[in-house]
Amino acid sequence: MAQSVVVQVGQCGNQVGCRFWDLALREHAAVNKNGIYDEALSSFFRNVDTRGGGDGPGIYKGKICSLKARALLIDMEEGVVNEILQGPLRDVFDSKQLITDVSGSGNNWAVGHKLYGYQYREKIVEKLRKTAEHCDCLQCFFIIHSMGGGTGSGLGTFVLNVLEDEFPEVYRFVTSVYPSGEDDVITSPYNSVLAMKELNEHADCVLPIENESLFDIVNKIHQMISSGKLGSTVKQNSLVTSSAGSARTVQEKPFDAMNNIVANLLLNLTSSARFEGSLNMDLNEISMNLVPFPRLHYLVSSLTPLYTLADVNVPSRRLDQMFSDAFSRDHQLIQADPKHSLYLACALLVRGNVQVSDLRRNIERLKPSLHFVSWNQEGWKTGLCSVPPVGHSHSLLALANNTCVKPTFTELKDRFMKLYKKKAHLHHYLHIDGMEQSCFSEAISSLSDLIEEYNELDATKGGPRTDPSRLQIAV
Amino acid sequence: MSIVTVQLGQCGNQIGHEVFNAICSDVHGTHGLCSKKENESYHDACKERFFCEEESEVPIARAVLVDMEPKVISQTLSMAARSGYWKYDDRSRFCQKQGSGNNWANGYSVHGPRHKEVIMNLVQKEAEKCDRLGGFFTIMSMAGGTGSGLGAFVTQCLRDAFPTSFILNHVIWPYGTGEVIVQNYNSVLTLSHLYQSSDALLVHENDVIHKICAQLMNIKQISFRDVNQVIAHQLGSVFQPTYTAEGGLHYSRNPLGDLMETLVPHPEFKMLGLRNIPQMPENSLAYSTFSWPGLIKHLRQMLIANAKMEEGIDWQVQPPSRLLPPLQPFPNRPLHFNTSIANLVILRGKDTHSVDLGSFRDPSLYTSWLNPRDAFNAWKTPRAFNKYEKSASLVSNSQFLLKPLDNVVGKAWNMFASKAYIHQYTKFGIEEEDFLDSFTALEQVISSYTILC
Ligand SMILES: Nc1nc2c(ncn2[C@@H]2O[C@H](COP(=O)(O)OP(=O)(O)O)[C@@H](O)[C@H]2O)c(=O)[nH]1
Ligand SMILES: Nc1nc2c(ncn2[C@@H]2O[C@H](COP(=O)(O)OP(=O)(O)O)[C@@H](O)[C@H]2O)c(=O)[nH]1
Ligand SMILES: [Mg+2]
Ligand SMILES: [Mg+2]
Repeated sequence: MAQSVVVQVGQCGNQVGCRFWDLALREHAAVNKNGIYDEALSSFFRNVDTRGGGDGPGIYKGKICSLKARALLIDMEEGVVNEILQGPLRDVFDSKQLITDVSGSGNNWAVGHKLYGYQYREKIVEKLRKTAEHCDCLQCFFIIHSMGGGTGSGLGTFVLNVLEDEFPEVYRFVTSVYPSGEDDVITSPYNSVLAMKELNEHADCVLPIENESLFDIVNKIHQMISSGKLGSTVKQNSLVTSSAGSARTVQEKPFDAMNNIVANLLLNLTSSARFEGSLNMDLNEISMNLVPFPRLHYLVSSLTPLYTLADVNVPSRRLDQMFSDAFSRDHQLIQADPKHSLYLACALLVRGNVQVSDLRRNIERLKPSLHFVSWNQEGWKTGLCSVPPVGHSHSLLALANNTCVKPTFTELKDRFMKLYKKKAHLHHYLHIDGMEQSCFSEAISSLSDLIEEYNELDATKGGPRTDPSRLQIAV
Repeated sequence: MSIVTVQLGQCGNQIGHEVFNAICSDVHGTHGLCSKKENESYHDACKERFFCEEESEVPIARAVLVDMEPKVISQTLSMAARSGYWKYDDRSRFCQKQGSGNNWANGYSVHGPRHKEVIMNLVQKEAEKCDRLGGFFTIMSMAGGTGSGLGAFVTQCLRDAFPTSFILNHVIWPYGTGEVIVQNYNSVLTLSHLYQSSDALLVHENDVIHKICAQLMNIKQISFRDVNQVIAHQLGSVFQPTYTAEGGLHYSRNPLGDLMETLVPHPEFKMLGLRNIPQMPENSLAYSTFSWPGLIKHLRQMLIANAKMEEGIDWQVQPPSRLLPPLQPFPNRPLHFNTSIANLVILRGKDTHSVDLGSFRDPSLYTSWLNPRDAFNAWKTPRAFNKYEKSASLVSNSQFLLKPLDNVVGKAWNMFASKAYIHQYTKFGIEEEDFLDSFTALEQVISSYTILC
């Protein structure tokens, strides 16, 4: 089985990453009952013999000895990473997987990308190579970062470039947390737009996440649970946002519930590559099916169900509700409404006891209410993984390549322009070596081009459909 | 003679497993409602065809399992071993770590050449285990990447390595919507390549089988397993031993050769469809009786009206009369009449010798350029198949697949006009030119089947 490596960069990247590893361990612990290191585990974890002390040789068969995350933790301040190393997950990482500095990036993309990038390039390459050597078939890198700060945004996208240079064959999936309108980082529009240019050019797929959406979802779940509206059918906790039953429990932190949602997104995205099913969906199928043109690789995601229901014997009506919810506005992980925009492609990754007839019924039911681009009227990709998430009987992750991402980008552009017109804070960036005014103008034009591509697609929506005439052959 | 089955990709391996299961449960689970002697020689013929015994306790399938990811094959091997009735040869499999990613080009241009030697060695070994090799039966889907791309490549290699052996490709036609977005591209590339190296393509459409599961088998929540069991049953009903008209007292030696000889009179026409009757849940079988004239009447109407199953047949459709002069370029054939090149009917169960198949010999069913006597054949055996006291199957080279083919090519062409997804293929060396060649080849096939009369 192929392996993936997670590269978590900056405060947000490491905090989300931390939730991911915790829940990944929980998921494998629930599935893997006999304590044998198996193929599924090998996709994100190494099994290491630590009896001799330190990082011993890898063990490929037999009992689980000590699991080590296939991960690289990068931050330019020490706080978050140190906390992880003192916390319950400390055994999952070792010192060889870390790159830290003490002074931080000051929420400045240029510091992360240009300054630290230049300074740490060799170290990053070395650690990446080391991590890659532990894989016999490295398929995918997952970068986790935020767009609004300095380290994740700047150095994170620098790592993306390094990956492309050093491992051109390996897929690059990026999970990017976008700042909300009232973000506390004043320069977040600059950082995000500068990072966007890198994502446009060097990522295979980007999964944009907006903190506003995560926040709304968490609130909604808490309301549901405390109001008891669904009566006794809802379990005390939402397994999507809580860490209950996770491998190692500690005091929950403010972002934890939100970050758990992102962690679940990554677990569900990779489940069909790790576990068996009647219609497997390998990671390389995601970009193949969902990216019709290289730059249009932003995938809007939604997760359902958000809470577990107490009775496990689910009638198909409730199963169908899961499919409906995946297309509703309030289940999207960004502020977007896919139903009223244009689909280029759509994937449904289903877990648990769901069969091909359930998929067909729901696609037929939902199709009339959705708009697909003229050349991809049947743009559906599906996967069936038989192992459900812990505590659920089934789940659905929908990935939409849809023009509904556009508002997120145009708002970002507007916020950028507001600052840029006044040349606010520019000098903080321009005094960094290698940072020129042109970096800003190129970044904003890259974003404008992308928005324009979505505009052109939107313009075809609802218009008359004329199929091109067929190829003529001489009879 | 023996048939070597090559299972490729997730679909190919999942279906292959059900095929061997169906064949095995037919010989082990039932006595075939015939004489002991008859049953024994049926048994022996079946064994020779699909299994080798070697020193093992249970028969070993004559199969090579190929996939580019490990999960499906390891699951398939262990399921077969657990059955206790048969198993796969553990050594006769090849898998890699990561799949072809639904990319035909990846399967065909990358995995194919890279793994050619190992795969062909496995095939060679399996072929050497056969005293008499009848040919190859490959099972694959055309929508994914491994079955479709690598499958097309391997078929070419088989053709080169065994120039005189028969090759029949079993191809799963994807659901119209909803599994692989680039399925129409992959299908166009697969079909056009298979058309060059295969002797015939035997097609099952997932939409059709799904409907059979829902309407005839009354399955509420349909899984791929259910679909595959229906497909396996249909395939078994064709490939289990039978007597041919010429073969006399022996079970047919060369099912693939006989099939091609009957059904593929011209290399421009190699798309075969399969229909069978009856098909129902096992627990309803006990309460049903069938008469041969009834079964034959239904089967014939399924043929001429292009009905996919017993339910909902259009009884209005009739063959055109030869006496009326042609009016239009497409003469006096109503559009929904399904014109045949050749047909094969297979009857299993008691009293098959007395069955009147005259209605299938009617010249008006067939294209005019072939002698109707050569266009129809029947295989029979008194041995009942798989708990069905009587059963009839039809393998047809006709306009059955014209519409599905036209659909796939049309949708792929729409996408191609916008150049969507093309970069994913050029990445692995399949260029726009290659697409155009494939489109041209298939438009030719469509045109040939369309103007049949
Ligand atoms: N969802 C989420 N967002 C975070 C987290 N930590 C910081 N952020 C967001 O990330 C942005 C700040 O970037 P940060 O990751 O702190 O900067 P960096 O450490 O320089 O990469 C702001 O938009 C924050 O709202 C977290 O744990 N979860
Ligand atoms: N009937 C049937 N179709 C299948 C099965 N598995 C996959 N498919 C079909 O095969 C196509 C996907 O190809 P797949 O075999 O998964 O790709 P591969 O592994 O790359 O060859 C889709 O059209 C599916 O509907 C199966 O078990 N039975
Ligand atoms: Mg911070
Ligand atoms: Mg597959």
